[in-house]
Amino acid sequence: MTPLSRARSRLPLLIFLTPILLWLLLLIVLPHFDLLRMSFRVENNSGDMVWSANNYLEFFREPIYWLTFTRTAVYAVIVTVLTLCIAFPVAFYITKVAPPRFKGFFSLLLLMPFWVSELVRIYGWMILLRESGVINHFLVAWGILQQPVELLYNDIAMIMGLVYTSMLFMVVPLLSVLDSLDDSLIEAAYDLGSNSATIVRSIIIPHAMPGIASGSIVVFMLSLGNYLTPNLMGGKNSLWFTEQIYNQFIASFNWNQGSAFGFLLLVISSLIIFIGLKLTNQQLSRVIR
Amino acid sequence: MDVDLSVEKLSKHFKEFTAVDNVSFDVERGNFFSILGPSGCGKTTLLRMIAGFEEPSEGTIRIRGRDMASVAPNRRPVNLIFQHLALFPMMNVAENIGFGLARRNESKAEINKKVGDILERVNLPGFESKKIHQLSGGQMQRVAIARSLVLDPTVLLLDEPLGALDLKLREQMKIELKRLQEQVGTTFVYITHDQSEALVMSDYVAVMNEGKFEQIDTPQKLYARPTSPFVARFVGNNNRLLGKVMKSSGGLTELATPNGDKIRAATQLNVTPGSRAELFIRPESIIIEPGELPDLNRLQVVVGSVLFDGANSQLLARSGDADEELLISLPQNRQFDHIRAGDHIEIGWDVSAGNCFVMS
Repeated sequence: MTPLSRARSRLPLLIFLTPILLWLLLLIVLPHFDLLRMSFRVENNSGDMVWSANNYLEFFREPIYWLTFTRTAVYAVIVTVLTLCIAFPVAFYITKVAPPRFKGFFSLLLLMPFWVSELVRIYGWMILLRESGVINHFLVAWGILQQPVELLYNDIAMIMGLVYTSMLFMVVPLLSVLDSLDDSLIEAAYDLGSNSATIVRSIIIPHAMPGIASGSIVVFMLSLGNYLTPNLMGGKNSLWFTEQIYNQFIASFNWNQGSAFGFLLLVISSLIIFIGLKLTNQQLSRVIR
Repeated sequence: MDVDLSVEKLSKHFKEFTAVDNVSFDVERGNFFSILGPSGCGKTTLLRMIAGFEEPSEGTIRIRGRDMASVAPNRRPVNLIFQHLALFPMMNVAENIGFGLARRNESKAEINKKVGDILERVNLPGFESKKIHQLSGGQMQRVAIARSLVLDPTVLLLDEPLGALDLKLREQMKIELKRLQEQVGTTFVYITHDQSEALVMSDYVAVMNEGKFEQIDTPQKLYARPTSPFVARFVGNNNRLLGKVMKSSGGLTELATPNGDKIRAATQLNVTPGSRAELFIRPESIIIEPGELPDLNRLQVVVGSVLFDGANSQLLARSGDADEELLISLPQNRQFDHIRAGDHIEIGWDVSAGNCFVMS
């Protein structure tokens, strides 16, 4: 190959790579470096910015911070597990049980709520659940309740909202992984004497593991970093960690503290995903494929 | 002999379509029984009904006398080897083979011993910890067979398990499977569309067409004395001659072909003169340049082409302006090396060699 033709063959690659590299560098890498730098800067008594780990220490000194943090992480895990428990049978039904001609239709039904924005979807739930909402109206009309009760602004409503918001991101990887499961494997296991429970445990779940892991990672990260749903459905006392970050940046205008919180969230999400992958014996490279 | 599998008047209807139509047969203990038929003839449906994956519309399946009507697949004393083997890719060889044993709650030590023994038996000693994707096609085959045989089923069902292998390996596995069946003595029910597999391995072969059994017989009889035109055409190569019955008496029927040849054929019954009949003759029943041999049908033919294929070499020849060319075996004993395309030769076959069917 002549140098000219080699340069020519490299040119398209460069053209295609440049946008993604610029995007990564300018919008992800550089801001994160700046945030990291900021998170270690503190204003001293004389009003000058100095290097310090004080922002991180503040997090551990103030119980409200680390309690919110732990609560957020635990709830995000609960949301992930619940989403998986609901999405798995749904995905199994669509891929293996439903008549083939309905498969596309069912997938479309799942997709449809995601044609509107998350905000609109959450307002939909609020119309249903609030004190003067649809559900309360019927419960009172049928005499089940004397007084309408507030169904919104509690942890259960918040978790339900988060599960609903995350459903699609769990179902889609499960659909593709279950679709690739050969029916004859299930039949073979049945033929060799296993019952439904053993088939699920020893054939279907091991096969679906990469899909379960990738769906769980996405749902976990989306829930952990969600701001809108906890705020609207959990109300002011939802105590979601993203709200603390928001408060630091916007309300207190303490960007340094906010950066430190942001980094702590990044660390915990990476850590929990790492532990999850280790526990289920999966490799990240296989899961993200 | 004890009957391991007894199928009686079994039918399976799907909406408008009848996949299996009133099929009855018995398989004796220790037999290798094949069901041979073209794809779409209903043989897989039949097998899946025996395994329990399909519910029969009518009829009964008995295994060692026990009615299987309400018995689920995981409770039946039969095991199925799937077309694509269905080995569990998430498990190693030992876990695959031990899968069924573990479902029976056998002890770890017991399972390990049985897995070791069966691997020995299928010539894969020491393969326990191998992953499925590390195995070759033939090894996967043997693991799949071992996985079912280790459960000691009354009947082992095989759904074209050699279909995915390449030709050479298929030939080898054919012999191996036959030998294995003789060793373990388990009753095998084998379905295939490959007549050579059925003929080589089986004690009995059932030929299936459009949901019905055309003939159940030993491979030899199936080949030599097919009872229907379908069997004659489907099993092995055959030449088909059409003709009109001229006269028929004393078990000998005389046909006239459209291009004027007169052919005699042995028939079981006498046939009404004037009806149309078809005669099947095997390529190897045809003698080239028969000389003075008695009781032959003789035809003058023109050689169309010489198909050299070692021991399977054949001639294509045409009598007069007949529609179909005749396929004639060409023995490779150098006697006929002089035959070239375009040559005029005489062929002949014994009057009792063909199989004659009256067409309705």
